[in-house]
Amino acid sequence: MAILLIAEHDNATLSDQTAKALSAALQIGSDVHVLVAGKGAKPAADAAAKLKGVSKVLLAEADELAERLAEPTAALVVSLAGGYDTIIAPATSSGKNVAPRVAALLGVAQVSEIIEVVSPDTFKRPIYAGNAIQTVQATDAKKVITVRTASFPVASQGNAAAVEIISAAADPRLSSFIENKLSGTDRPELTSARIIISGGRALGSSEKFQEVILPVADKLGAAVGASRAAVDAGYAPNDWQVGQTGKVVAPDLYIAVGISGAIQHLAGMKDSKVIVAINKDEEAPIFQVADYGLVGDLFLILPELEKALAGD
Amino acid sequence: MKILVPVKRVVDANVKVRVKADGSAVELANVKMAMNPFDEIAVEEAIRLKESGKADEIIVVSIGPQQAQETLRTALAMGADRAILVKTDEQTEPLGVAKVLKGVVDAEQPGLVILGKQAIDDDSNQTGQMLAALLGWAQGTFASKVVIDGDKAKVTREVDGGLQTVELKMPAIVTADLRLNQPRYASLPNIMKAKKKQLDEKTPADYGADVKPRLKVIKTEEPSGRKAGVKVKSVAELVDKLKNEAGVL
Repeated sequence: MAILLIAEHDNATLSDQTAKALSAALQIGSDVHVLVAGKGAKPAADAAAKLKGVSKVLLAEADELAERLAEPTAALVVSLAGGYDTIIAPATSSGKNVAPRVAALLGVAQVSEIIEVVSPDTFKRPIYAGNAIQTVQATDAKKVITVRTASFPVASQGNAAAVEIISAAADPRLSSFIENKLSGTDRPELTSARIIISGGRALGSSEKFQEVILPVADKLGAAVGASRAAVDAGYAPNDWQVGQTGKVVAPDLYIAVGISGAIQHLAGMKDSKVIVAINKDEEAPIFQVADYGLVGDLFLILPELEKALAGD
Repeated sequence: MKILVPVKRVVDANVKVRVKADGSAVELANVKMAMNPFDEIAVEEAIRLKESGKADEIIVVSIGPQQAQETLRTALAMGADRAILVKTDEQTEPLGVAKVLKGVVDAEQPGLVILGKQAIDDDSNQTGQMLAALLGWAQGTFASKVVIDGDKAKVTREVDGGLQTVELKMPAIVTADLRLNQPRYASLPNIMKAKKKQLDEKTPADYGADVKPRLKVIKTEEPSGRKAGVKVKSVAELVDKLKNEAGVL
């Protein structure tokens, strides 16, 4: 039977995370429908229709879906669930909010944050902050799955699937949207960036973080991340946090600056292709996972790095 | 208003776990256990709501083996009023736990349930959302701020691009994220007092809940490790390696 993929989008644009979760869905089965739930979300639906492997896009629009509130979004997915044996979503904050609600309403277990599809009902997923990998088989007739998108490639473009307008489910009227405070930025998003530079507690202050990390990020066209310690200390906003409970990333190049390398941080970045660690403590655990380590004072090294990159 | 806070006994966050030699599971024998850190934050939030006069009783509940009693005593020492241990030696999964919790909610009628957003052992991040679904309640997940105002709860949530605030109709479910608060340490007098607080023992069957696992664990393995690379001596050498050896610049 078919697979329903819940799209991650902001109405105007479709997130890369959808295209990555699609790659996982296509390893489970071949008939994938993408659900775009939103308001004024035609552009996102059109973008989904272009992804190779999508057989149909379902577009549901309603006021209460504009911000994809958990209760009406889950109600919508459940109303469609009869036609699908697998429901899949990227493990974004929105996917993680909605998918378990769907699973419980259907009375089935959820398999969270899969990193590999072994067979259509068997998946690998990290547990204990990635310190162990478990292979689990879902025994329920319907499967609800979230995908750790850092583990799957972006599905390619070049399709023209039909976009079918469907109606929203009745709004349970349990919650309402008040406001978003999004840290708007021109930089690439953490979860889709090719290069990430992250700062830790050693930066010492929010001002120093900005002064030292951001110019190098600009030179590299990199996204900016942070360790939990740096976020807790107020040096960086919470949505920059990389780690077990923050974002899990796997860029081509990850530069960890003044980050000691707690297991919870490593859980969020150790699948990066190339890791660079810059730290003054040569015993720091981060060096055990780094391809290239540079021991020294970050306040001297980073300005030098900025200059070296400018010299191209 | 009563607040219900489910807590889970997990391997201490500072322990580096090992996989058993036969690949069946993670080694839990002789490993230090503690309350799931997100659940500590949930307990703390409930206590603060009680201290500010928004709640009058805090009930903590744990679903697990006999030893989960220690986790409940920790919560009582922090300031919860009474505890329920729902005893099972089954390897519980979020859906089963949510079913038990629904039974507890039906019996206790709390106005708010605060849970940790995820347990740091299975990293599932499901139980709160599932409980909300089974109860037909509103959910405010990944909360960094909770304001109770009459029969509404305003919850600020940590989302991918920043923060989102939603208003929930009460009764409601809230799941705690890292920055909701800084949990307190229990004082020695409070630890002593906690030993005398009420702790009831139940079973999943008392709540008519089936906690049999739905997922079959085929195997558990160590992640493919990364090897430490090389130390470079200078920025120039680093940039050269990244360009010419790794090819990422």
